[in-house]
Amino acid sequence: MPVRLKDLPRKRYGMPGNAACPGCPETMGLRYVKMALGDDVVLVIPAGCSSVIQGIAPKSGINFPILNIVFAAGAAAAAGMKAAFEALGRGDVKVVVWAGDGGTGDIGFQALSGAAERNDDILYICVDNEAYMNTGIQRSSLTPPGAWTTTTWTGKREPKKNVPLIMIAHDVPYVATASVGYPQDFIEKLRTAAKIRGFKYIHLHAPCPIGWRFDPGLTPKIAQLAVQTGLWPLYEYNQGKFRVSPFSRMYRRPEKRVPVIEYLKLQGRFRAALKNPELVKMIEAEVERMWRWIDALEKSLNPAEEARRITGT
Amino acid sequence: MGVSGPPGVLVEDPRTPFHAPLSRPEPGSAGRTGTWRDSRPVIDESKCTRCLLCWLYCPEDTILRREDDMVYVDYEYCKGCGICANVCPVGAITMVPERG
Repeated sequence: MPVRLKDLPRKRYGMPGNAACPGCPETMGLRYVKMALGDDVVLVIPAGCSSVIQGIAPKSGINFPILNIVFAAGAAAAAGMKAAFEALGRGDVKVVVWAGDGGTGDIGFQALSGAAERNDDILYICVDNEAYMNTGIQRSSLTPPGAWTTTTWTGKREPKKNVPLIMIAHDVPYVATASVGYPQDFIEKLRTAAKIRGFKYIHLHAPCPIGWRFDPGLTPKIAQLAVQTGLWPLYEYNQGKFRVSPFSRMYRRPEKRVPVIEYLKLQGRFRAALKNPELVKMIEAEVERMWRWIDALEKSLNPAEEARRITGT
Repeated sequence: MGVSGPPGVLVEDPRTPFHAPLSRPEPGSAGRTGTWRDSRPVIDESKCTRCLLCWLYCPEDTILRREDDMVYVDYEYCKGCGICANVCPVGAITMVPERG
């Protein structure tokens, strides 16, 4: 069911005066998690910007009960916490992992893969700001090709690791991609995930003004451009069914997409890449690669719908 | 009895047998962040269509919603990022430079 703005809870769910940078996508995302899931939620946060946003004791800048844990153990700690809640008879409490891209795709990956394989009843949200922003913008395996970081001076040459597809390959009940540029879509996906028992994974694309080198007022605009250029397609894999989300559906046709260059030129991290036509080509090829995967998955996972589309009935 | 954390953060919970350093969610954990701002968002109420997009996108939750869905700004904590001015479809929010 589509989310309407007027129906969202009026309560002030954010925690103003926290230590996040102006225009931070993580505090935006955390608000949407609270709006969608309500109060019975516990966060598990591996090291990352969200550990810093909480600030110094005795005040916390994030409006959730939080367990801070080491980088490598986000999903494992959450699985244990969920088991403890069930033992206490509080199975209704939702345990959510809020991890960065480093805590998901690099350092925390074995814990994530393990929890997915055991099908532990947790919701894992990866807040993907595409580098280790908290420690000073170092490259991660989820940094896109062409992007400058302090460890890739001339632009990264390797493609971005496609974690949502890896999670689909784990055959977990629910995998989705989302973006802070489309909060209604994110809230809808969170609500869908909350109803499902088992391992849920949502990959949230979160443009970081500091690390991506853009004006802090443009956070939602950049996030929307990533979807509109086709670089970050929004889709959902729900118990064997694959579906491209409404906000992304029109961009599956290449002629409808915004040129990738529009997305690149707003960000300082692509300044070097823009001077190098080879790197720009590589980023454009990335878009094609992404959509080829989506087409292949859609065809193989929804054979009946595909047949209907071809015959036009 | 138990372990004590930094001053002022002892938790007196009868169910826990030990004292643990715990932080509680509270506004202003990083101080009055309104002082970070170099320009302030000013809302033109005559142009506002009450679409609530600024309220939805504000990362700090410093755009507040009245009963009639008109919005106003909490200048105590607004960091002045300018997202509200950029997402407003009718241009009812302008960023005015702070003086002094």
